[in-house]
Parts: sequence; structure tokens; C-alpha cells
Amino acid sequence: MILLWLIVLLLAGGVLAWVAQRFHPASPRWISLFTLLAALLLTLMLWSNTGASLTDSAWLLRLEQPWVPQWGVGFSLALDGLSLLMLVLTFFLGLLAVLISWREIQHKVGFFHFNLLWVLAGITGVFLAMDLFLFYFFWEVMLIPMYFLIGIWGHENRRYAAYKFFLFTQASGLLMLLAILGLYFMHGNQTGTFTFNYFELLNTALTPQAARWLMFGFLAAFLVKLPVVPFHSWLPDAHSQAPTAGSVILAGLLLKTGAYGLLRFVLPLFPTATVEFAPYAMLLGVIGIIYGAILAFSQTDLKRLVAYTSVSHMGFVILGVFAFNEWALQGVVMQMITHGLSTGALFILAGFLYERLHTRDIRQMGGFWATAPKMAVVALVFVMASLGLPGLGNFIAEFLTLVGAWQANNWLTVFATIGLVLATAYSLRIMQKIFLEKNLEQTVLPDMNAREMLIAAPMLVLILWLGLYPQPVLDLAKPAIEAQLQAYNTPLVPEPEEPSIQTAFYLPATDSVYFQNLNEAFYERK
Amino acid sequence: MNANDFLHLMPLLILTFGAIMNMLVISVWRNHKIIYVITAMSFLAAFGSLFELQVQGAYSIDPLLVIDGFAVFYMGLVLLTALLISMLSYAYFEQREERKEEYYLLLILSTLGACVLVISTHFASLFLGLEILSVALYALIAYLRKRERSDEGGIKYLILAAFSSAFLLFGMALVYASTGTMEFAAVAIAIAGLTELPLLLLTGFGMMIVGVGFKLGVVPFHMWTPDVYEGAPAPVTAFIATVSKGGMIGLLIRFFIEVDGFRYPVLVLIFTIIAIASMFTGNLLALQQQNVKRLLAYSSIAHMGYLLVAFLAGNEMGVQAVSFYLVAYFITTVGAFGIIAMLSDKVRDAEQLSDFKGLLWRRPWTATIFIAMLLSLAGIPLTGGFVGKFYILAAGVRTELWLLAVSLVINSVIGLYYYIKIIAVMFQPAEEATIIPYKLQPSIYVASMGTLTLLTLLLIGIGVYPTALLQLISTVLETFQVVAYR
Repeated sequence: MILLWLIVLLLAGGVLAWVAQRFHPASPRWISLFTLLAALLLTLMLWSNTGASLTDSAWLLRLEQPWVPQWGVGFSLALDGLSLLMLVLTFFLGLLAVLISWREIQHKVGFFHFNLLWVLAGITGVFLAMDLFLFYFFWEVMLIPMYFLIGIWGHENRRYAAYKFFLFTQASGLLMLLAILGLYFMHGNQTGTFTFNYFELLNTALTPQAARWLMFGFLAAFLVKLPVVPFHSWLPDAHSQAPTAGSVILAGLLLKTGAYGLLRFVLPLFPTATVEFAPYAMLLGVIGIIYGAILAFSQTDLKRLVAYTSVSHMGFVILGVFAFNEWALQGVVMQMITHGLSTGALFILAGFLYERLHTRDIRQMGGFWATAPKMAVVALVFVMASLGLPGLGNFIAEFLTLVGAWQANNWLTVFATIGLVLATAYSLRIMQKIFLEKNLEQTVLPDMNAREMLIAAPMLVLILWLGLYPQPVLDLAKPAIEAQLQAYNTPLVPEPEEPSIQTAFYLPATDSVYFQNLNEAFYERK
Repeated sequence: MNANDFLHLMPLLILTFGAIMNMLVISVWRNHKIIYVITAMSFLAAFGSLFELQVQGAYSIDPLLVIDGFAVFYMGLVLLTALLISMLSYAYFEQREERKEEYYLLLILSTLGACVLVISTHFASLFLGLEILSVALYALIAYLRKRERSDEGGIKYLILAAFSSAFLLFGMALVYASTGTMEFAAVAIAIAGLTELPLLLLTGFGMMIVGVGFKLGVVPFHMWTPDVYEGAPAPVTAFIATVSKGGMIGLLIRFFIEVDGFRYPVLVLIFTIIAIASMFTGNLLALQQQNVKRLLAYSSIAHMGYLLVAFLAGNEMGVQAVSFYLVAYFITTVGAFGIIAMLSDKVRDAEQLSDFKGLLWRRPWTATIFIAMLLSLAGIPLTGGFVGKFYILAAGVRTELWLLAVSLVINSVIGLYYYIKIIAVMFQPAEEATIIPYKLQPSIYVASMGTLTLLTLLLIGIGVYPTALLQLISTVLETFQVVAYR
């Protein structure tokens, strides 16, 4: 039930924030702050309480309620390590989004916070839904409020960006819906029970032909959302035009729903078809890494630059997902979290700069280190995180992904590694253009105030923590990842010549049979 | 006819009685409020009498009519929609100079026609119902006779509808000529042995499709739709879009299922082409519209195309999907035109896109309702339109109509573009000059707003918890036998 309450809490908070504006103009901010704080505390409590039961089964909590029994649609939510991590990230970034909007949004505050909380509710639902109908439902629910966030509070070209965002994601989502329906009827015709339940659909036997088509339906939605290179063109517009809070949520969370969808649905549902498609997917990933990095290097609009770094970083995600081994998937999960933090932080910095300078053009910036040293240090940390400096979270993520990908495909991994070099180039360019060089216009930049420090400090702590001691996260994600890989039946024996890595990150050789048995037992119990 | 027959025809009798009452009262004392109350009461009473029918199986009044679960459901839908439209009409006509009372008379009559359509099992009753519906509509469309557009729309509809009726009649005559009967069931028996349609019969069916297609406003019989939608007073437009089309859909399903028209590939092909053409034409032409009424007209062409997808699925699920979609579509359409009616002033309807500029900031609640309606038309979750579209798509995928399903998906995306366009206009900053002051008594607005709020709640209700409505549809349609298809 607690899972349902999380969603209801956000939805109710949103409505309350909208209504409350009539009584006091500042109240929506406080309401959404407290709503998100409550949600974050609830999830952290879940984490601490269920730490012990992790070894039992991949699933920590489940909720099954009939919803539309005629169609076999259930209100089915479930939480495993992966969803839990994503939820913590969601509420943490949500909280920051409220804080950074404190000054930025002065117009229709109530409606803004309504939309903010409803996007987060949709995202929460996506991370929890274990019924494909419900999943699609939440997948769509998060679009409309996001459309409003970009379209009403965005920058100068907001309407175009909002349109583009909406049409791209909606079109691809509908293809996924077709695939969901195809799967539903194929499963129904085979077994006689028509259901959208994820756990039941996992056992559908598909012909290779059918599996391929259905997989493309799902991929359409997730690859556009992620985004993978030929389908990425909505992203730079949407990210650069959105208000800061919108950019943080887009980059930090919405992109992650695509990665989550790949992990949760595409891998376990279509094991044979994905293996066939894997080399092409990894190739697309590598193209994304390099293409995104090159374009990022040539941008002059700071937010657009950061947006293209997202394209590059998300290339690692798809590279890792289609490597089908635990190393890579651990890397993907880490990448989802650390990218959320580092890119979110860079967007927030862009927001701070925009608030002070009213421009996003980095050619008009320069030499701000002298006047704003605190901001410069914060920026330095996240720029270094973005280029993958050891000691910061992104390094762990990219390293694990590359180790995993190497086992799957050597050459593509080599090219992906070149992306890291390019990342250094664009990341250092950010630092150099904004904080070093000469301050041409003699702008005196006020340094970060207390509220801004309050936003930056937890992000700094987290990215350092993830870089230095990622073990809790890896432990939490491990059973979930194994469950997703179950269909591939590849017993993961790490290469004997890399024992040092094994001890360093404490990724023991898994007795996958053990987990497999547990999972089977779980399904039977259900 | 015996007493039991009259009992089963009670809804129709009540409507007739209401119409006569209206006429008499108008001749004695013209009063908008009294006529309005009589109208609303007769719709309510007719709707209430449906519950008394206690349909166990089908009760047929040979050879013309049949009252079965299907008939009850569609009559109920038509009557409720008519009631809602009459409630929204009051505020609209109260601020106009013309004589308002006869409007309600015509409204009752055309509703009566639609009710006859959905219960008819014979060409004679079919034509009777259709003509009662159409003749009343001619006058309704041209009701605001001082407006040029209204006259134009009325005359256009008159000529084209008469023309299409002629086609329908000729088609019926040809079917009669080759089968020797005008009853649906007897036609079905006559052609049961045929694996392929003979030319004469095919021509007959083809001409009937022209007549039906015109009423539904599907491509290529859609030319009247935008002009009539634009010209007619907003509540009448809502009526054409819902009751008139819904009646025809009911008839089409009944006739087609009865004669099992899905056996003949040529008929399926014709409907497939019509469906795909309607979806694409409607949506593509809607893209560039600046007039909201015309935009909704084109969008309705597309929506009829969507409905045909489920209709073509042909099985039980298809019929249920059509019924569900109609409910969602009726709520949405009445809501959307209700908003237009409410924002209209004395001189003209609020139909230009610019009339909606900044509505979200000027009248947040009205705008929210309109946004909900538009999102439902676009098929976005939390609204009934989403569940309806999902159901239709499911019916299509189930019978493996992949071409139609994919067209539906592509069209949903195209459609999204122009619905979003209206929403985007609504959250632009408001201009002071466009603010329309309240002119009437506030109580009248409260009635309209109440109706619209109710519609919104219904829409979200069936979007979030469709189970109850699905249950209702499947129990009501239980008595309606669907012949196994393919």
C-alpha cells in the first residue's frame, strides 16, 4: 500500500498546491517542498527497513489490485532495488527542482507546482508499474504536465520546443502501445488468460518474427526517450528551452525512464530478439557517444551544450544495456543515477548564471572565478564528474559499463572509450569559457547565496559518496539486475585476469543458479 | 398493437407527448423558461422509462421495431446527450433575440428520430426515423436565421441530406428488388446462402452506404461537415456531432451484424477505405484550421474513421468498443461545444482561435474543462478518450487489422498536433480587450458550468475507472447476438 500512497501523496500535493495559491501566493512552494520531503523520507525509510530482505527475493514490496478485470488490467505496483534507487533519485531531484524554482518562478506559482508534482507522480508510477497497461498510463501521464512546464515557463522558443517534445514522445509511445496490445493478445491466445500483468507476460513464448516486431514497438518508445542518436532531435530544444526545474527533471529523470524501460521490459520480455539486435544497438550507442560529444563541444548556448552531453552520456547507457552482463548493467544503473546528479547540477548552474546574467551564451561569460569562487568550485566538481574523473560517481558508472561492454564487443568499446576523451574536451571548455579566461565585459557576478549552497551541497556530497563508496547502491541494484538478466542464462564468471576489480568493487561471482531458483520460487508462490 | 407494445414504446411516446406539449404551450404563452423545463422533463422522463423496460431478450414489435439491450443502451445514450445539450442551450439562447421556444420543439423531434433509428429493424422504420431526424435538423441548423452562415449551413445540409436520402431509398429499393423483403432479418435469410454478392445487391448496399456515410460525415461524403458545423448554433453543432451520428452508428451496427455483412470482402474493403480515408483527410485538413468549430468538424470526420476501425473488427469486442468510444466521444463533444456556446456572445460564436487566447488565465476553470475535453479527443490518459481509443485499438489488433491499427496510431499523432495548438493558445498571455464580461444572470452560468463540470467528472471517471461502464455495456449488450466473424 505504501507504494500507492507515494503516488497519491504527489497527486494530492499537486492539487493542494494549485488550490492553495488563492490563499497565499507563496504557499505552493512550501506545500510541494513538504510533499517531496515526505516522499523522500518514506522511500529512504523503505530502503533502511528492507535492507535485510534483499537477499530473499528481488522484490521488496508488491501491490496487486484489480482495476479493469474485464481486460485483465490490474493496479499492480512492485518495488525492487532498481525501482527504489530510481525513486530516491526522483524525489531528491524533485526536491532540488522545487528549491531552484523558489526565485525563478514568479508567475502562476500554483499551477507550476501542480505540474511539477504531477510529472513526478507520473515518473514514480513508471518506475513502479508492473502492469503494462498501467505502465503505459503513467508513461503518458508524465507528458502533459511536462509539456506545460516547458510551454508556459520556458525560454524564448518554448512553444516550438514543447510541441516537438510532445509529438516525439507521444508518437513513439503509441507504437509501444501497439506492441503491448500485440503481446497481450499473443499471450492470451496461447494461455487463455488475457492479462497485462508483467510477471505473466514474461512467460510468453514468441516466434522470432513476432518477438522482433514487438521489441521494435517497445524500443521505439524507449530509444526516443533515452534518446538514441537518430531520434534525439527533440532533446536539445526541450532541454534548453525548459525552465531550470524542467531541465533538471528532463535530464535527470525523464531520460532515465527510457533506460529503465529497456532494463525492465525489453531485456526480459524479448531475450532472443534483443540478442539479435544488440550489435546494432551498441553501434547506435557508440555513435551517440561520439556524436553527442562533438556537438556538445561546438555549442555556444550553455544549456544546449549540457543537453548534448546528455546525448553522449546516454550512449553509454544503451551500450551497457545491450552488453547483457552484470558488469555493464551495474554500470548502467550507476550511470542513470550519477548522470542525473551531474547533469542536473550543470543545468542548475546554468540556471544560476542565467538568473544573474540573463544569457545562456558562453561567449559572453568568462573570468567568473575571481568574483564567484564558490560557484566555480561547485562547477569544477561537476564538470570533472561529467568527464569521468576517478573519485566521482560518473567514473564508476562509465568504468563498469566499459568493462561489461568489452566482454560483449571489443571494437565498439574501443570507440566508446574515445568518447571519454571527447568528454574531457567539452567539459574543460565549459570551465574555461565561463570561469577562466578574461572577464571581457567586467561583469561582477554575485556568488552563491545560502539557498543556492543548500542546493549544491547535497549534490556534491552525493556525487563524492557515489564515487568513493558506491557499494550500497551496487548491492541494492544487484538482485534486480540479475532478475532482468535471468532469461539470458549466462552464468557470470568474471574474467580470472581481473581479480583486482572484483575485490575493489565487491562484485562476487554470482551463483546465478541460486538466484534463479529464488526467483522461480517467487513466481510459484505468486 | 397491444398494451405491452405501447409500454415498450414508452420513451418514444413520452418524447412525442413532450413535443406536443411544447407546441401547445408556445401557442398559448411564449416563455423560454417553461418550455425549457418541459423539454428537460420529457427527456428525463423518457430516460427514466428505459429502466421500466426490463428487457429480457429482445422484444420485437413486428415487423418494424425491436427493443433489446442494444436499443436500450443507445436510446439511453441519445436521450442523456439530448438532455445535456438542452441544458447547455438555455444560456446560449437566452441572450439571443430570435424566438427561442421552437428550438426545443425541434430538438425533441430530432431526438425522437434518432431513437427510432436505433430500434428499427425494417427499411420503412429506418427511413421514417431518419427523416424525422433530418427534417428537424434542417430547421435547427438554420435556426439563427439572421446569420448568413447559419442559413448557408442549413440550405447546404438540406440539399445534401435530401440527395443522400434519395441514394438510401434507391439502395433499399434495389435490395428489396433482389431479396423481396424489407426486414433486416429476412434480408439476412435471403442472402445467407450467398458467398458473393450479386451485382444488383451490391449496388443496393453500396447506395445505402452512401446514405449512411453522409449522415456520419465520413470521407468521401464529408463535404458538408465543416460548413454546417461552423454555421449551426454551437448547441446544434453538438447535437449533430453526437445524437445524429450516434443514431446512425447504432443503425449501421444493427443492420450489418444482422445481415453479417462482414462475410463479404468487398464490403469490408469499402469500409476499410472509408475508414482510412476519413482518418487521414479529417486530421490533415484540421491542421491548418483557425476556426475552432471547423477544426472540431474535421476532427469529427477523423473520429468517425476511428470508430469504423472497431466496427470493422466486427466481433463482440468491436461492438463494445464502438459503444464505449461513443460514450466518451459524446461526453467530450458536448463538453467542447458547450464551452464554445458558453463563451459566445450575442453577435457571433466564440469560434476563432484568438477568442481562446489566454483563457487559462482569464477563466481558469472553463479552460481546464476545455483542456480536459481536448486531451480526451487526443486520447491522453486520465480521460475517457484514452480508454476508448485503447479499446478500439485493442479490437483492431485482436482481429489483426494491422493496417487500420497503424493508421489509427499515425493519425493520433497528427491529431495531437492541432489539439495541442488550441491548448497552447489558451495559455498565451491574455489581452485585456478580449475579456468577455458576464452579461446574463449569474444563475444561468451556474447551470451551464454545473453541466460542464459534471461532464468533466464523468469523462475523468470513465478514464480512471472504466470498469463500471464496461460492465454496463457488456450486460446490456448480452441480449444482442453478434454473429461470429471469420
